[in-house]
Amino acid sequence: MTEASRQWPLWEVFIRSKNGLDHKHCGSVHAPDAKMALQNARDVYTRRLEGVSIWVVRADHIVASDPDAKPEMFDPAEDKIYRHPTFYTLPDEVNHM
Amino acid sequence: MNTITAASTAHFEYLLRIADTSLILGQRLSEWCGHGPVIEEDIALTNVALDLIGQARLLLSHAGRLEGKGRDEDQLAFLRTEAQYLNLTIAELPNADFARTILRNFLVAAWQRELWQGLANSADAELAAIAAKSLKETRYHLQHAADWTVRLGDGTEESHARMQRALDTLWPYTAEFFSASADDPAIVSAVIGPAWSTLEPAWDAAVRPVLEVATLTVPARTPFLSHGKTGRHTEYMGHLLTEMQYLQRTYPGGTW
Repeated sequence: MTEASRQWPLWEVFIRSKNGLDHKHCGSVHAPDAKMALQNARDVYTRRLEGVSIWVVRADHIVASDPDAKPEMFDPAEDKIYRHPTFYTLPDEVNHM
Repeated sequence: MNTITAASTAHFEYLLRIADTSLILGQRLSEWCGHGPVIEEDIALTNVALDLIGQARLLLSHAGRLEGKGRDEDQLAFLRTEAQYLNLTIAELPNADFARTILRNFLVAAWQRELWQGLANSADAELAAIAAKSLKETRYHLQHAADWTVRLGDGTEESHARMQRALDTLWPYTAEFFSASADDPAIVSAVIGPAWSTLEPAWDAAVRPVLEVATLTVPARTPFLSHGKTGRHTEYMGHLLTEMQYLQRTYPGGTW
């Protein structure tokens, strides 16, 4: 067996720090299956009360954008200032915008 | 007056038996720090060790106040002599391999869970509160250890053989979980906690199905009985204490 195939697969870990907030990516763990990935994530990433919910997902199930495609993917948004809702006046009662 | 003193000694020692089992097992588990099979497991075992030491701190502080001789958690944890520790013998046995470490955690956590539940209605309100807090920790320890017990027991030929060897080694020491103590009647009548013999059926019902799924064969009970909780320890205890007490003995009262 090669060293690589003896390694447990990698799982990406997402933690919700409190109810109402989004899960945020916080790191990764190795684990043979989903159950143990959750346990490992709990042990590694929530030791200091960081979370109330954990998601794990196999790293190879994540489809990522190509870093080399940055110019065509993201640069065109740079000068489209009108896509931000900054031209509206918000009533004072509306918070968290 | 005499009866009150006798009851207090029984109460104090009842607390020590629980506290010392957490303390000594926590010390043993901490030996894995930096040596876990993978970093995730290294941290998991260290988390368990820290939980156990945390339980010991609360219980020893409480026992020290109850004793009324001005001993705090550090003095009780680090400055007693070997025969004054009342932990279950299983806690002081060497870690050996990962299989034995995990199986011991499993057997002890299943026992602790029953104990913490049995202490929920203790007339000693502080003990009941410590038990309630510890129960949550123990539930996780039990889940973690049971999960590994099944994986390794029902795993490869080698992992199965190691788990079976661990079970054959450790099982006789579990008799001490439930053996009678001289002060059981005093403890029960004062509603401090359950006599440990009453915990056995629930422990058995929790442990055996997991061992079965793990394809492990439970050895038959033998007359063997260890005596750690009366202060009679194995040859391993002195070495453990030497390491654990080193700092307090070398720098008495040292803090950071």
